[in-house]
Amino acid sequence: MQIIFDKVNYIYSGGTAFARHAIKDISFSINKGEFIGLIGHTGSGKSTLIQHMNGLIKATNGHIYFNGQDIYEKNYDLRKLRSKVGLVFQYPEHQLFETTVFKDVVFGPTNLGLDKLECELRAYEALKMVGIGDDLLDASPFELSGGQKRRVAIAGVLAMKPEVLILDEPTAGLDPRGRDDILEKIAELHRDSGLTIILVTHSMEDIANYADRLFVMNRGELVMQDTAKVVFSHYKELEQMHLAAPQVTYVMNVLKDKGYRVNTDATTIDEAKEEILKLLQY
Amino acid sequence: MIRDITIGQYYPSDSILHRLDPRVKLIGTFLFIVSLFLFDSLYGYIAVAVFLVTIIKLSKVPFRFIAKGMKAIVVLMLFMAFFNLFFTPGNTIFQIWIIKITDNGLRQAIFMGIRLIFLILGSSLMTFTTTPNQLTDGLEKIMKPLNRIKVPVHEISMMMSIALRFIPILLEETDKIMKAQMARGADFESGGVLKRAKSLIPLLVPLFVSAFRRANDLAMAMEARCYRGGDGRTKMKPLRYQNRDYLAYTCVLAYFAIVIALGILENRLF
Repeated sequence: MQIIFDKVNYIYSGGTAFARHAIKDISFSINKGEFIGLIGHTGSGKSTLIQHMNGLIKATNGHIYFNGQDIYEKNYDLRKLRSKVGLVFQYPEHQLFETTVFKDVVFGPTNLGLDKLECELRAYEALKMVGIGDDLLDASPFELSGGQKRRVAIAGVLAMKPEVLILDEPTAGLDPRGRDDILEKIAELHRDSGLTIILVTHSMEDIANYADRLFVMNRGELVMQDTAKVVFSHYKELEQMHLAAPQVTYVMNVLKDKGYRVNTDATTIDEAKEEILKLLQY
Repeated sequence: MIRDITIGQYYPSDSILHRLDPRVKLIGTFLFIVSLFLFDSLYGYIAVAVFLVTIIKLSKVPFRFIAKGMKAIVVLMLFMAFFNLFFTPGNTIFQIWIIKITDNGLRQAIFMGIRLIFLILGSSLMTFTTTPNQLTDGLEKIMKPLNRIKVPVHEISMMMSIALRFIPILLEETDKIMKAQMARGADFESGGVLKRAKSLIPLLVPLFVSAFRRANDLAMAMEARCYRGGDGRTKMKPLRYQNRDYLAYTCVLAYFAIVIALGILENRLF
């Protein structure tokens, strides 16, 4: 198991009138190469939770293990952890600062203290991975389109060659085309490089297609951790948390209520299509 | 880390002080600051301390919270105490080599320190109990007469409230960008002055970009709602004095009179 959380709590502004229990008693483990979807309503503690994974926030109490080591142990190298657990924040394009796209992506590996050639090689590789062409390498990052900027920012994290990639709503504010591009790239990284992916999202459709397991957060608590099929079968409970199942889950449930014999655990459009075709053939 | 600064912050609570008209608090704070320099005797300090403690009790802001804000000025206090202690002429009471402490120096260091604490306690109490919006509303109303001599009072107060409104936003943004760059291995803490200054570039460039972007968006949003300055603009909640405000004015003036009286008395007596 790559990442283990053991009863992790975090309280913002502890001891003042503004104190807020952001995450409560969170325990889970994530295996190497898994694709985890993290869903929850705004303010449910998702962003706080992921910032614990690379040590940007220190838990008020509880333990976190990465590759078997307690990250809060004395002398544990947090900077090294941050290179192993890549975190892409929401709207990551807001962190771009260099004069060219290439220089910006080199920033991460340079901070790791690698030699120049290695840094540039990694940056080039990372930019290729996210599909940024050679013609854009010398462009200013501020001239790119929204989707391109975001891909550059993701490349900036990928260039550090992390083992785990955490993305906080990587598709927020993009058009449908840019959204599909990014998700496709992430799925590709997961498939080809064996990266562990933790994807925070609002879109249930996105996550149903890709994630091995779903983590559902509500008011700072981790209330469900299971496969998409199991989680979405609890769609009534999800609604109470201001979440929803994918559209097809609703379609299948309505069909079932009308007396058709369909399997309601279809979560993707393809699965639903199969089910409905099967029904029609009889 | 940045969130620990409590000076100038608003502390939400429901006290008589929170409900007072911001003009009362502004004028009261001004009188309080002036009053600190009108006396030089122990009785004066006691009078101010009594007044302050009463106000703090009334404000329902926990003392722990206020004290946390005072940490920020410890350096300034030490700096001032140092200069007062060693560079005030008077009768020497203690001397090592060329460093000497005089009776006047000691007195100055202690009393100036106390005055500074009073000053900061008093003025931060105003910001603890008044939202930035109320504050600028109050200022605008107080300065309104200046409109006649062509001072753009409304515009100034609008700029002030926007600036104040943006402080927490920019703090949050700084925190976010800092974390994002730390996630890319940036190091803001170690190294010499030059290296540290250089390490701020990945923080400052995105911060400025975002500040400009936000300013642009805000200007656009204001324009879209037909904002065109203060002429003929009315308020949803116009400021009107209540009975409690007159009562507060009376209390502040009484306090001011007492301090002045003490100041005059001490001149006569000592």
